[in-house]
Amino acid sequence: MLKILKYSFYDLSRSLWSYVYFFFYLLLGVVLLFLNNDLSNAVITLMNVIIILVPLIGTIFGVMYFYNSREFTELLLAQPVRRSSIFLGQYLGVAISLSASLILGLGLPFIIYGLFQSGAIWDFASLLISGVFLTFIFTAIAFNIALSYENKIKGFGLAILVWLFLAVVYDGLFLLSLVYFQDYPLDKFSLVASMLNPIDLSRILILLKLDISALLGYTGAVFKQFFGTGLGAFTSIAVLILWVIIPVWRIKYISAKKDF
Amino acid sequence: MGRLFILFLFFGLTTAISQAQEIEVCKTCEVKTIQAAVDMAENGDVIRIKSGIYKEHDISIIDKSLNIIGEGFPVIDAEMEGTAISIRAENFSIEGLKIINVGRSHVNDFAGILVSNSKNFEVKNNRLDQVFFGILLERSSEGIVSGNNITSNAKDQSTSGNGVHIWKSEKISVKNNEVVGLRDGIYLEFVNNSEIIDNICKDNLRYGLHFMFSDHDLYKGNVFENNGAGVAVMYSKFIDMQDNQFRKNWGSASYGLLLKEINDSELKNNIFEDNTIAISADNTNRINYIENDFKNNGYAVRIRGAVYDNNFTQNNFLYNSFDVAYTGKLNDNKFSNNYWSGYTGYDLNKDGIGDVPFRPVTLFSFLVNKTPEAIVLLRSMFIDMLDFSEKVSPIFTPADLIDEQPQMKRIQW
Repeated sequence: MLKILKYSFYDLSRSLWSYVYFFFYLLLGVVLLFLNNDLSNAVITLMNVIIILVPLIGTIFGVMYFYNSREFTELLLAQPVRRSSIFLGQYLGVAISLSASLILGLGLPFIIYGLFQSGAIWDFASLLISGVFLTFIFTAIAFNIALSYENKIKGFGLAILVWLFLAVVYDGLFLLSLVYFQDYPLDKFSLVASMLNPIDLSRILILLKLDISALLGYTGAVFKQFFGTGLGAFTSIAVLILWVIIPVWRIKYISAKKDF
Repeated sequence: MGRLFILFLFFGLTTAISQAQEIEVCKTCEVKTIQAAVDMAENGDVIRIKSGIYKEHDISIIDKSLNIIGEGFPVIDAEMEGTAISIRAENFSIEGLKIINVGRSHVNDFAGILVSNSKNFEVKNNRLDQVFFGILLERSSEGIVSGNNITSNAKDQSTSGNGVHIWKSEKISVKNNEVVGLRDGIYLEFVNNSEIIDNICKDNLRYGLHFMFSDHDLYKGNVFENNGAGVAVMYSKFIDMQDNQFRKNWGSASYGLLLKEINDSELKNNIFEDNTIAISADNTNRINYIENDFKNNGYAVRIRGAVYDNNFTQNNFLYNSFDVAYTGKLNDNKFSNNYWSGYTGYDLNKDGIGDVPFRPVTLFSFLVNKTPEAIVLLRSMFIDMLDFSEKVSPIFTPADLIDEQPQMKRIQW
């Protein structure tokens, strides 16, 4: 598996798209710091970008890579290599190279700007950690979809749809249910609902780290109390890890049974 | 020549008789304690306290017009027992003292300097440290409290007092004081026709400024920064607030300025920066908000119920998370000629006024008002899209809550 991981990682590190992705984040970081002149403000703006773009890029890139490397995959399948190591190797190759682009692209400008001297370092770290988690989650989802659908159009469509659902539609439904059930106590519900969606969960985790969390008022206090405890931190990390493990397990499951 | 001499002698004698006596207090002087000096002194005398440490408390001055002057900030150490100096007199002044370690109590309001039933006095340039209450004025009038520096280390509300506490007084002027680390910076209750000018209240546990039932007062040029809950003004009329700065009052239960039952007042040229809620108005009538800056606040203005005839004109609303949150009906409150950083309209005829009216209440702030839990969706992409579509074709937000003449450029004042 490690060999395949290495091959896909090298393959991707030679690919133009990885560089485009890397330079995009580099540019974003530089421009943000240049315009904002303030690390913690830049972190807030970055949060908006990360929770929308990272999942989108992870999804599209994952689907694209899987469909494009199909011939290579078929070649590998003819060799005496375990199926699970082929697909997991490819998946990890994509996810790790995307995460590396993210960390390097955003990290470099911030480090040059003096991140280590600043108090924003933990905010920034939580930003990167959520970014990496989101990359792993959405790449895994993308591989799932690509494995399930031979038809590229269908695969792309569904992948985009899943992203759209988690990034936008979910919040819409969430808001609707909040408004509809406003006569009931909703703290627990909103806590659970925002934990179930990895995008919402990362958004909340980052928000709570920032000053802006004071805006959340009473509900925010409930959230802060929960996430501040060991249990809260453990649960939220566990939920994120579950979001990685379940799709990865399914990759393994489908790839083992699939007829190529 | 002889007659001239007698005349001189006469004048000399009369001035000697009418001239105030001066009593010096120091460790090596004849008079060693301040209380002894006070007991000796007559009306109009000057007590000059040389630098040193005086371990005294409950020094009381009753019905004597004295001028107490500290030289080189003599320290009065009340040793955590009771009030340091209490005064009930007319025409007196206290300056240049350093008062430390005032006692704490749940029953008595021990203060650094307690002035009661007094008139025409001046408390200036003193330094108070580790006090329960700093300067406490009650039932007094025509006094000046200026240039004092009051610090303490208030930990919780029940065991701490206020910096400048004024109760049931009139015509008091509080100027150039600095209050750091108490419960309330400046507290006024039943204080009329007074002015609070150029004070700095920082890092206080509860409010920077707290006033109730105090009419016809002027607040000018004060800085309120990083106080637990900001500034609260309640149940008062004819208040004039100008050139104040409300900054960094940040926390889930903090305000820049909380207005409750305030009538016929004016807020002009104030700066609100980095507050969770810059202004929260509840039950306020006939108030003009003119040329204020609201910058980087969570909410710039939050209007609660029963607010009538509040006019916001020529204000700058800059980069607030929510410009206006509104509960209830419009009730002839007006927003006009303000500058809104979130305004995206155009100005074809170049008269500096946007051609499209601005709606300061976003759909999200409207929803959050109805369902507070919805705030957890803050900064979600769905919310941005929702706000955008509402801006294009408003359906939910109050239709008549608009600024008809939004300014294209930031208002200079």
